[in-house]
Amino acid sequence: MELTSHQFKSVSSAKLKDVKLQKALYKAKDGFVVPRAKVVADLDNFEEIRQAAADVRDHGLAHLDVYLEEWEKQAQAAGTIVHWAESYEELNALVVKIAQDNQVKKIIKSKSMVGEETGLNQYVEGHGIEVKETDLGEYIIQQAGEHPSHIIAPATHKSKDDVADLFAEKHQRPRLDDAEKLTHEAREILRPHFLDADMGITGANFMIAETGSTVIVTNEGNGRMTTTMPRVHVAISSIEKCIPTLDDFALMMRLLPRSATGQVISNYVSMTTGPKRAKDNDGPVEFHVIILDVGRTRVLGSDLREALRCIRCGACMNHCPVYQNVGGHAYGWVYPGPIGSVLTPAYNGIENAIDLPNAATLCNQCGVVCPVKIPLPDLMRKLREKQYERNLKSSAEKWSLRLWAYLALRPKLYSIVTRIMARVGKLLGGDSRRINHMLFGGKDWTRHRDLPAPRGRTFRDIYLNRNKTTNR
Amino acid sequence: MRVGLFVTCVADLMRPSIGLAAVKLLERADCEVVFPENQTCCGQPAYNAGDRLTAQQLARKVISEFADVDYIVIPSGSCAGMIKTHYEELLSDLPEYRVKAQWLAARTYELTDFLVNVVDMDSFDTTFQGTIAYHDSCAGLRELNIKEQPRKLLSHLAHVDLKEMAGAEQCCGFGGTFSVKYGDISSRIVDLKCDDLEATEVDALVLGDLGCMLNIEGKLRRRGNHKTKVLHIAEVLTGLVGEETE
Repeated sequence: MELTSHQFKSVSSAKLKDVKLQKALYKAKDGFVVPRAKVVADLDNFEEIRQAAADVRDHGLAHLDVYLEEWEKQAQAAGTIVHWAESYEELNALVVKIAQDNQVKKIIKSKSMVGEETGLNQYVEGHGIEVKETDLGEYIIQQAGEHPSHIIAPATHKSKDDVADLFAEKHQRPRLDDAEKLTHEAREILRPHFLDADMGITGANFMIAETGSTVIVTNEGNGRMTTTMPRVHVAISSIEKCIPTLDDFALMMRLLPRSATGQVISNYVSMTTGPKRAKDNDGPVEFHVIILDVGRTRVLGSDLREALRCIRCGACMNHCPVYQNVGGHAYGWVYPGPIGSVLTPAYNGIENAIDLPNAATLCNQCGVVCPVKIPLPDLMRKLREKQYERNLKSSAEKWSLRLWAYLALRPKLYSIVTRIMARVGKLLGGDSRRINHMLFGGKDWTRHRDLPAPRGRTFRDIYLNRNKTTNR
Repeated sequence: MRVGLFVTCVADLMRPSIGLAAVKLLERADCEVVFPENQTCCGQPAYNAGDRLTAQQLARKVISEFADVDYIVIPSGSCAGMIKTHYEELLSDLPEYRVKAQWLAARTYELTDFLVNVVDMDSFDTTFQGTIAYHDSCAGLRELNIKEQPRKLLSHLAHVDLKEMAGAEQCCGFGGTFSVKYGDISSRIVDLKCDDLEATEVDALVLGDLGCMLNIEGKLRRRGNHKTKVLHIAEVLTGLVGEETE
């Protein structure tokens, strides 16, 4: 996917003014935050489960080489054909080759964020092979020619009316205004594709080393049909999704649906271990897994490695005050919200996503809801440090910081300057005690709000004089 | 006991009444209040901007200034959180300061936390009365678990009625330099905070951090709301509210 994170400022400003988007975001916020809070409160040991999950992820990542080899061994023993891809191009080319080797004309696809990273659909279609997204949200996005704005609810930025208009236009059918009817229409349109597709592509939420399985966690039947109906199934994943054991998977499943949608368990949990065996009634004849490493190994060896714990629940974005107001597209790449603000620069280069780690209040709402305890604000701060070290900060910010630091390290001068500022500030505030127009950096404050004026004297000034008087 | 007051650079400059109120509370609790005159800033702005070296210099300055007190008390969850939860990491590559940072962190308290959990204060001399809502500032809440402490203190005031507002734990959108670098996003977030506050219909919003205070009060006034007061909890507990202190 093309990276447009450098446009964060202008895009986010436009998104704030998009009335339709704002309505959709407002609805989505309650749809995720409230149900999650409820199911988390029902657990009496949520914090212990989180810690255990963070530990499991850290252990798996620390020995990732061992577990990936074990996974490959088990997967191959079950008849899975395993591929490794070190670039987006390599993954895409592998998919096309598998399709061509099997004379595939049509692919049905269940959602995959790795596929979004590699720009898979566009690439495959460029080779004359039809790809149908079958997750309802992804289907909507594909019809609209857009990108997902959320990792588990890709069309969350669209309203029911947007979808009604879109379906009427694309399906050439009368416009419907009921969400259930719209869903039925999509299902009706998609059903024949499930039946005559030659190949299914899915992502994988996890790869379990113990069994050599891939797992998808879904709420719509499309994932199950994609893994079982076509004669070829290709699962695409990335190296950090590997966890050691089935028990570890059970632990992750206590957290993933709860954190993602506020469900105790998702409607479907599909585990695939090899292709159809002789005694099986259904399943693909060929099962391929392509495992991607773009950026992951580099991040694993860096001080951002905790970000690789991510199990893609989306809780950080659902709870982020910035995401809640600008939506996912403003972030300009596959993963939006707090985790995206870390992964986007980590995978694509710090210089290519300067705004993302800075466009956060560091309120740590993301950190406290993350089911695997990724210290997201700390990671964003580390990225800010790297920007500073590499001289990527704006000169205005750097110089105002330097001036302030110069004063703060010279207390005598500092007390004189602040005494003057308190006095001048009071004058500027006048009778209303509010400053509503400032210059330089301050104008970015007063463009949006007043500044309650200083009171004329600093605390230091009042307190030290008071003590002098008492001592006398 | 000797209690060092770290008044914070923002309160020192913008709202001295908070510092005076903190002194009054500490003296009422029979603490010997010490105010190291050379104190300026805890270094958080530099730390959050990625300027680690400057942040380290300021952290070392704070550590040396508060070396001889039993406690250091701060009327801000944000600055207390900086010292308690970040100094050790910040100074981790300077071994001789790391231990000192741990020492300081263990003695550092956010004001309401200190009043409840160290001196167990339960009576106050204040003229303030009215209905209030409480905004839980991010760092205080999520770094230091400041949630029940201010509510417990406020429950001792006979003429104060606390009404919980929706979204009390939601960030106000301040975020330090975020408020100017991403002013329009910050502005939208604080607008939502003001909506929740106004829907609660109280005389005053009370909180424990000056950054959020300036942001929320500034937004309320810009929206034309000149009625709802925005007060630091220390001001409420002492009646030293804004202008009357000068």
